[in-house]
Amino acid sequence: MVFTFKTRWGGTSVNPSISKRQRAGRPDLVNRCIGLGYIGLMVALPILAISARAGGEGLGHLWQNVVQPDALFSLRLTFLMALVMIILNAITGTAMAWILIRYHFPGQSLINALIDLPFAIPTIVTGLMLVVLYGPQSSIGTFLTSHGVEVIYAKPGIVLALLFVTFPFVVRTVQPVLMEMDRDMEEAAVTLGAKRWRVFLRVVLPSILPAVLTGAGQAFSRALGEFGSVVMVAGNIPMKTQVAPVFIYGELESYNARGALGVSMVLLVSSFLILLLLNLMQNWGRRDGV
Amino acid sequence: MAFEKSLAEELDTESHRPGAGQRLEFLKRNGVWGKRLFLSAVLAWFSFLVLFPVVEMILGAFRNGFVPFLTALQTPAARHAFWLTFWISVISVLVNTFFGLILALVLAQQDFRGKALVNGLVDLPLAVSPVVAGFMFIILFGKNGWLGHWFEQGGIQIVFAVPGMILATIFVSLPFVVREVVPVLKECGLEQEEAARTLGASRWHTFWRVTLPSIRWGLAYGITLTTARSLGEFGAVLVLSGSIIGSTQTATLHVHQEFNDFHFQGAFSASLVLAVVSFSLLIIMELLKKKQWMIGQGLRE
Repeated sequence: MVFTFKTRWGGTSVNPSISKRQRAGRPDLVNRCIGLGYIGLMVALPILAISARAGGEGLGHLWQNVVQPDALFSLRLTFLMALVMIILNAITGTAMAWILIRYHFPGQSLINALIDLPFAIPTIVTGLMLVVLYGPQSSIGTFLTSHGVEVIYAKPGIVLALLFVTFPFVVRTVQPVLMEMDRDMEEAAVTLGAKRWRVFLRVVLPSILPAVLTGAGQAFSRALGEFGSVVMVAGNIPMKTQVAPVFIYGELESYNARGALGVSMVLLVSSFLILLLLNLMQNWGRRDGV
Repeated sequence: MAFEKSLAEELDTESHRPGAGQRLEFLKRNGVWGKRLFLSAVLAWFSFLVLFPVVEMILGAFRNGFVPFLTALQTPAARHAFWLTFWISVISVLVNTFFGLILALVLAQQDFRGKALVNGLVDLPLAVSPVVAGFMFIILFGKNGWLGHWFEQGGIQIVFAVPGMILATIFVSLPFVVREVVPVLKECGLEQEEAARTLGASRWHTFWRVTLPSIRWGLAYGITLTTARSLGEFGAVLVLSGSIIGSTQTATLHVHQEFNDFHFQGAFSASLVLAVVSFSLLIIMELLKKKQWMIGQGLRE
């Protein structure tokens, strides 16, 4: 699964006529050892280390860790906010991909380039921007507060930050599918008298759905772990705006590594599962497409 | 307007097709205004979500004028933070390019058991929360960690110091080079390399003259992504920094610190510099993507 940027062509073309034995010479084995050593040391070992530490604590202890009120609250909040975010992003992202592929309008290529902006901008800068725009010092912020709407240090701010940092995911997964799609079916449907909305639901949506779900899954996984922007926007108020990564950070800051372990494992396992699910889905999409 | 023109063109070409009469009528009925409304709504959402905050930050950075903007960047803390970010990014890019390239070659050209697992491991850093990533390195290199007590015996401090921050940055930016280079390598195939080898070129020579030129745009794209991610990493680095001002603050940590201390000018200035650098990287990425895409088209034909 490729997370952020996918190259626009795929396919393999390893020559089958060459036997593996011929190719796997000694330098190849050296390369393999270096490559696997690198990924083992940098990724596998840290994950094994945290899993072993968690295992050492015992499941019962971890569970107690997780069901502590503030830990449980932070997890619930994280999943809820991420859910609200993906629903909004799945819709708006698909709409964005649609206008970028099907419409022609001035400044289109500029907008297309700007889609990736949230991936390029550091998350802490994103957080700062949102605080400046909607915070208590700004005119928008004061206006909203006087009308009873709190954005910064409240849940809408978290959703906004998550929407910002994950905006490109759905757009970038749906775009290539829309581009490749044959328009014959749509035209046939229109010719047969189907309404535009119906054509979209019955003809277009089924074929782009795997892509939408893939993008949404990537966005969800990213949102579960998001820290920089959320810590700026939501602050660190336990039982109110404290999301799971911020909770973990708080525990680490107060030298309570054991307290952070349970929530960390929940996040880690969730990202594993999402990764697995996305892989399965991509295979499903590929089989469907062929 | 280009929009209207394109619609007119569409109507024109459509009219030659069978069944076009009905489609034309349909488009006329609720076409243009519906399309326009939809377009405006999507663009408005995008402006509200992404463009508006960016513009506001630029204005915020220059609110007090140009001079305060610059002086805020010249404080020792700010300078130090940017230098540290620079060096950490350079190291992270070098390590991830070198090893990432080797791993990409292995994944694209060799078959071995557990390859799917390795593929999954490459993607993991993108899915793991940066805070959890930092925490994993604390466990591994901390006092009672598997590797931590070796380093402790050698008197080297990893956690809550610069080496830990470098490790965390390498971790979070690890996937990009591998992920960008593998598909290009697969697309190129092995024929050319084999031809070169058959004609007597050495392995190194083949890599340098055949493999590298064919993957250069993909590699450059991967390096750009690695750089952008390294510059902007916050969570993992924060956890591993121990926050000793001056000695362990990167640019992103500096923004955070300044903001928490109510030094808004400092936070804005540093943010704007980071944003401008990231934006330039984005433009480079776009250009590289086009190059890569064009080559991909060439290969297809």
